Amino acid sequence: MSSTSGLQGQLRVRRAEFTLDLVLAVPAGSVTALLGPNGAGKTTSLSLLAGLLPLDTGRVSLDDTVLDDPGAGVFLAPERRPVGVVFQDYLLFPHLSVLDNVAFGPRSRGAGRRAARVIAQRWLERLGLGEHASARPRRLSGGQAQRVAIARALATDPRLLLLDEPLAALDASTRVEVRSELRRHLRDYPGATVLVTHDPLDAMVLADQIVVIEGGRAVQQGSPAEVARHPRTAYVARLVGLNLYRGRASGTTVELDEGARLAVGPAHSGPVFLAFPPSAVALHRARPDGSPRNCWPVTVAGLEQQGNLVRLALAGHPAVLADVTAAAVAALDLVPGAKVWAAVKATEIEVYPG
Amino acid sequence: MRRRQPGASGVPVILLVPALVGLAFLVIPLLGLLVRTPWSSLPGQLAAPGVRSALQLSLVSATLATAVSLVLGVPLAWVLARSRVPGRSMLRALVTVPLVLPPVVGGVALLLGLGRRGVLGQYLFSWFGISLPFSTAAVVLAEAFVAMPFLVVAVEGALRAADQRYEQAAATLGADRWTTFRRVTVPMVAPGIVSGAVLCWARALGEFGATITFAGNFPGRTQTVPLAVYLALQTDPQAAIVLSLLMLSVSVLVLVGLRGRWAGGLA
Repeated sequence: MSSTSGLQGQLRVRRAEFTLDLVLAVPAGSVTALLGPNGAGKTTSLSLLAGLLPLDTGRVSLDDTVLDDPGAGVFLAPERRPVGVVFQDYLLFPHLSVLDNVAFGPRSRGAGRRAARVIAQRWLERLGLGEHASARPRRLSGGQAQRVAIARALATDPRLLLLDEPLAALDASTRVEVRSELRRHLRDYPGATVLVTHDPLDAMVLADQIVVIEGGRAVQQGSPAEVARHPRTAYVARLVGLNLYRGRASGTTVELDEGARLAVGPAHSGPVFLAFPPSAVALHRARPDGSPRNCWPVTVAGLEQQGNLVRLALAGHPAVLADVTAAAVAALDLVPGAKVWAAVKATEIEVYPG
Repeated sequence: MRRRQPGASGVPVILLVPALVGLAFLVIPLLGLLVRTPWSSLPGQLAAPGVRSALQLSLVSATLATAVSLVLGVPLAWVLARSRVPGRSMLRALVTVPLVLPPVVGGVALLLGLGRRGVLGQYLFSWFGISLPFSTAAVVLAEAFVAMPFLVVAVEGALRAADQRYEQAAATLGADRWTTFRRVTVPMVAPGIVSGAVLCWARALGEFGATITFAGNFPGRTQTVPLAVYLALQTDPQAAIVLSLLMLSVSVLVLVGLRGRWAGGLA
C-alpha cells in the first residue's frame, strides 16, 4: 500500500468565526465523513479541498498531485483539480437540461459536444436517470436531483469526490431510500470520498471513517462503530444518544469530574470516559433495595416522545438521560419536577481511557 | 360610533387624490396626442419620404446603440459586480454619470472627446482619417453614451442578485472563467440582460440632446424621429403629431412584444 495514495490534507485557515486546523487522510476507495454542528468548519474544509478557498498554511495532495501548498507556492485552481463536488442544494444549472448538466464537466475538460453527451448519457443510465436526460432540473424530485448532481460530479472522472450535506435537502420520507442508494454509489466509486454532514446517521451509514469536528478542530476520529460506542465529547454523545461522563478510575470505582461516584464492571485506573445508553437507566419511585450499586436521586427536568419511548432529562448528581415506556411515565407519574431514583447496572457502563 | 371606511379600493384618500392627479398628468398629454392626430390624412403623412427615412434611421441606430451597449456594457457590469478592482465604487459612480447628465452636455462632451479636434478624435482623424461628428456613427455613439448606463445598472443588479455558487460549481467541473461566464453566468442573468437591453433601446430611441449636439440634424443621415419631431413642430405641426404618434406606437409595440416573450420564457 502506497502512503501517497488517496487524499492527504493538513488544512489550516483562519476565518472570522473560527480557525480551522484539520488533518485528513482518506485512502482511495474509502469514505470519510466530517461530522459536526453548523459552523464547525465542515463546509470550509470542502471549499479548501475543492480549491474554492486557498489554504493559509498546510498542504493538500491527492495521490501524487499537490493541490495546495502555500509554503511551496503551489495552488491548483478548482477547474484544474481532479475533484468532483456534490453541493448541498446540488446547484444544477437551471437553464440546462439534465443531460447538458452532466455533460458540462466533460465538455469543460476538453471533450467535444457529442463525446461529452455520450459520457453524460452513460452516467445518467448508470444512475437510473436515462429517461430524464432531456428534462430541466426543476422537474426532478429531490432524490433524482441528487443523483444528477452525483452523475455530474463523477462524469469528469475525479479522483476525489466531495459531498456537502448530500441528504440535507431531502424530506424525511425519501431520505432513507436515497441514503442507501447513495451508499451503493459510494461503494462503487474507486476514488477517495469526503462527505460533510451534521447527521450522525448519514455518517454512520455512508462512511468508513468519521472525523468529528467542533470549532474548527477534530475532536474525535475513528470508525463509525468506534465513534458510536465510545464518544469522547458531549456533542458526539448527544449525537449518538449516549450518556457520557468523564472521570478518574481506581479499580471498579470511578470518581466523576462533576463529583459523583459510579461503579463499573472491569477495573481501570486513571482518566476514563463512561458511556451508557439511556435505555440502561431504570427508574424507581423509592430507593430500590439490594443489588444495584449505582443508584441516586434525580428530578425530572423534561420529557420528550421519541418513537414509542419517552426520553427523560433527569437533573441530579450526575444528570442523566433515561428512556422509559409511556406506561412507565404514567405508572411513576413522571411529570417535570417529580422526584425518583435512577439506577444503572455497573455492567451496562462502557469504560474507556480518556 | 360609526367606523369610517377607507375608500372603496382600500386606498386612503390622502394617497388616492395625488395618485389620481399623477395618473392624469401622465395620461392626459398622451390622450391629447391621440385626440389631435389628423387621422384622415394619416396614411399620406406616414408615406412621406422624410418620415420613412427618419423612422428607419431611428430604429437602426437605436438597435446598433443597444448592440454596442451589450458588447461593452455586460462585461463592464461583470467587472463592477464581480471583480475586486480597487476604486470599484468610484467606477460605478462614473458609469452612472450619463444617467444624470443633461444629454446636451453629453453631446458637448462627446464633441470634445471624439470630435475632429477632440482629445481622442484628433488622432482618429489624423491617423485613420475618421471623422465621427455629424455622421450616422455619431448618432449611434451619442445614443449609446446616454443609454448604456441603463443596461449596465440593470445587468449589474442581476449579477449581484445571482447565486455565485453556480459559478463555483462550474469551476469544480473544470470550466475556466470565460466558459463559466458564457455558459453559466450569462444564461442565468439573461432576464436582467433582456430588461436592461429593452430599457437601453427605449432610451436610445428617444435620444435627442446628445444626438443633435454631436451628430447634428441632417435628414437621412443623422435626423432621427425625435429630431424630426422637433423640427417639424416649427414648420408643420401636423407632421410633428404624426411622427410623435409613430414614436409612441413603436415604443409601446416593442415593449409589449418583448415583455410577452420574456414572461413566456419564464413561465
